[in-house]
Amino acid sequence: MAYIKKVFTKFILIAMPIIYSSLVLSEDSDYNMKVGVTEVSQSIFDLHMLIFWICVVIGVIVFSIMFWSLWKYRKSKGAVAADFDDNFWLEIGWTVAATLVLVWMAVPSTQVMVKAYDDAEGEINILITGHQWKWHYEYLEDEVGFFSNLSTSQEQINGEVPKGEFYLREVDEPLVIPTNTRIRFLITGNDVIHSWWVPDFAVKQDAIPGFINTAWTNVPEPGIFRGACTELCGIKHAFMPVVVRAVEREEFDAFIATKVALAEEERMLTSKVWTKEELMERGEGFYATNCSACHQINGKGIPPVFPALDGSQIAMFDSKRHIEILMEGVQGSAMAAFGDSYSEVDIASVITYTRQAWSNGENGDGVIVTPQDIVAYKNRIDL
Amino acid sequence: MSTVVETHDHGHHGPAKGLSRWLFTTNHKDIGTLYLWFSFIMLFIGGAMAMVIRAELFQPGLQIVQPEFFNQMTTNHGLIMVFGVIMPAFVGLANWMLPMQIGAPDMALPRLNNLSFWLLPMAFGILLSTLFMPEGGPNFGWTFYAPLSTTYAPNTVNFFIFSVHVMGVSSILGSINIITTIFNMRAPGMTLMKMPLFVWSWLITAYLLIAVMPVLAGVVTMMLMDINFGTSFFNAAGGGDPVLFQHVFWFFGHPEVYIMILPAFGIVSHIIETFSRKPIFGYASMVYAMASIAILSFVVWAHHMFTVGMPLAGELFFMYSTMLIAIPTGVKVFNWVATMFRGSITFETPMLFSIAFVALFTIGGFSGLMLAIVPADFQYHDTYFVVAHFHYVLVPGALFGIIAGAYYWLPKWTGNMYDETLGKLHFWLTFISVNVTFFPMHFVGLAGMPRRYPDYALQFADFNALISVGAFMFGLTQLLFLFIVIKTIRSGKQAKPEVWEGAGELGLEWTLSSPPPYHSFTVQPQVK
Repeated sequence: MAYIKKVFTKFILIAMPIIYSSLVLSEDSDYNMKVGVTEVSQSIFDLHMLIFWICVVIGVIVFSIMFWSLWKYRKSKGAVAADFDDNFWLEIGWTVAATLVLVWMAVPSTQVMVKAYDDAEGEINILITGHQWKWHYEYLEDEVGFFSNLSTSQEQINGEVPKGEFYLREVDEPLVIPTNTRIRFLITGNDVIHSWWVPDFAVKQDAIPGFINTAWTNVPEPGIFRGACTELCGIKHAFMPVVVRAVEREEFDAFIATKVALAEEERMLTSKVWTKEELMERGEGFYATNCSACHQINGKGIPPVFPALDGSQIAMFDSKRHIEILMEGVQGSAMAAFGDSYSEVDIASVITYTRQAWSNGENGDGVIVTPQDIVAYKNRIDL
Repeated sequence: MSTVVETHDHGHHGPAKGLSRWLFTTNHKDIGTLYLWFSFIMLFIGGAMAMVIRAELFQPGLQIVQPEFFNQMTTNHGLIMVFGVIMPAFVGLANWMLPMQIGAPDMALPRLNNLSFWLLPMAFGILLSTLFMPEGGPNFGWTFYAPLSTTYAPNTVNFFIFSVHVMGVSSILGSINIITTIFNMRAPGMTLMKMPLFVWSWLITAYLLIAVMPVLAGVVTMMLMDINFGTSFFNAAGGGDPVLFQHVFWFFGHPEVYIMILPAFGIVSHIIETFSRKPIFGYASMVYAMASIAILSFVVWAHHMFTVGMPLAGELFFMYSTMLIAIPTGVKVFNWVATMFRGSITFETPMLFSIAFVALFTIGGFSGLMLAIVPADFQYHDTYFVVAHFHYVLVPGALFGIIAGAYYWLPKWTGNMYDETLGKLHFWLTFISVNVTFFPMHFVGLAGMPRRYPDYALQFADFNALISVGAFMFGLTQLLFLFIVIKTIRSGKQAKPEVWEGAGELGLEWTLSSPPPYHSFTVQPQVK
């Protein structure tokens, strides 16, 4: 027993700190804070390590005295208790010492904080909006934007197929930013509070409805940086990752040009006359990306939280209410309002699709909703 | 009924028989026992929820529960552990020990005491019943940030609000009783600066409770108005402010954190002096430290909100004020170490839990200091690093304090010694599993795993599996504690009045027989 105790104590005293520091010390460790790629993230990492080591040193001193006292003054070795119960100068001394250590920590912390906190305009300003449960990015200078959805399949999440390398850390369309450019993020929320975090930039800002928060970064090198939503935002909080792709300036300009052209094309599409088949095809794709996570690809939903669309009275017989739900959402439920976020074409096509899909086409009225119907709805509402 | 009243009126023959003893009791020991058993049952309910959480997180992917149920588990686990386990356990210890430590026959307001306890099963009955309703229970985290908890909440949120109101009433009534008892019923000669530290810790805690519980009631009432009566306190679309919710909540929430640790400071101080056979070092500075911590707790709340977008001056102010708390807390740790220094130390189970308390609570303090550093907090905030931090201060902190107190006073309460071998086994299994569970959380947090995630990226898989194994071990080990407690109540070596060697000089409770008489001190003792 005594031998085991001795070995155990040695293990605690010697092995643990060594294991711990070897894990933590290396800069690209999986067990430590990300060093990141920006100047700010690197100074935050250095600050983190400084504070960490100060804590380690204090801890080693305090714990050594404590465990040494426990060892030295144990009654089984005949220790007799002394009878002192205070020491004025000792108590003043360690209070002052603790204060000085804190000042030593506060000075660099303040310096880093001042550097990180800067809400001046960027060369490029991006409005980030948190939605349940996806991010929307809008380039304010070019007036183009898009949604960024999780692209990991439901089968991977349910364990029906093997999980990919970037499981839950991949999106259909990452945010693209140019390197070596000051970028300001304007961050807000559409429904509940989300939080936009990219560890490599050390940017974490809450996305709060009714508020616009700012953060900034300046990424020196191209790369793909992955982050997450860090404020509980409902059922799919874990399923709305952030992915940022930093590219050279030329590539970025080309990207924006494509986006601008696409947006122009979208606007044209609204006035075009759509056939049922065209709407169905577009609607099916939209449904798979934006609706199927809750209402399921087979339209059965997950009752009672996510109602079934297959066989739904609204989807079969009430196209007016159907449009209203898509445009305004359903208060007090997980159903978000899609009206402001997507084009008339998208809304019309997904309504048409869900009215035709599964058994709804056969059993329901099969009404086709066109982009013009959505425009009409919007005009009526605006009046 | 009438017989019950008569028993109380005429003789001091002890408690009434049967169920009415517990329903109508006004005795501080019976009510203390009720609180402690309530808290123990809640520990297993909240613990079972933690087991569900850890089972789901054992590996990536969704295997056992769906996210909506997972969110209900994290929310209720937090609410139950905070309001149903830690707080009632401390109130239970206060009920048992305060009259005995200050030389009083009972609490000052015994009927109020009965009411404050019986409100609790009502509150938690209401809260837990929501889990069986079609929409499910609260799923917005124990911090219930608006608008997730208002506009986007399930309808059962109204039950949650009512239950929080009832808990708040219970806490406020309990605190009034404790303050009244301490100020009015101390033995002659026991001046404030001669009060045992557990009494001091509870006096300060009770004031904190009275100060902040109404704030909690206010914030949930504002939610109630927003949800049902069309106000827009927290609804941006109606001109309200979601961040206001967080400011009000944390103005309650941060003092609440110290409500959950100060009584543990008191307990551990008694145990360390008993088993070091040496009076506590720096009694006066211990009292001042607790008072400073309590006062500072009112000006640090926004350190929970460093990422909501505060002005630079605000961020810096809350960083500095939070760092200041390290000074009184550090002083307490130094005092405990200085008490052990040159003592004559033995290692009974309460002492083992107290030593672990000092060591592991200090680790939680270090991570707290790291979290106070605003720029670094941008990386830590809402990750498992935070989860590691508050579990280190609440489990090996508050909970170890409670367990240590239970072992320390159990022989006094029951008249029987607990089984020391089983106690030590319980300690070592708990100590190992608590670290296996919570230490790796620092690593997954730093590596970037956000909290409240039912599913996670593959790089976190190994540590999560390890954490789950530790958690299951920790959960199972507490069944051993239950066994030990029941065994001690039923049998065990007869305990002497002073129970622990030399304890007779340390406090009035050790001058009473073990178990103590039903009405602790019928004649007030004189304190020199």
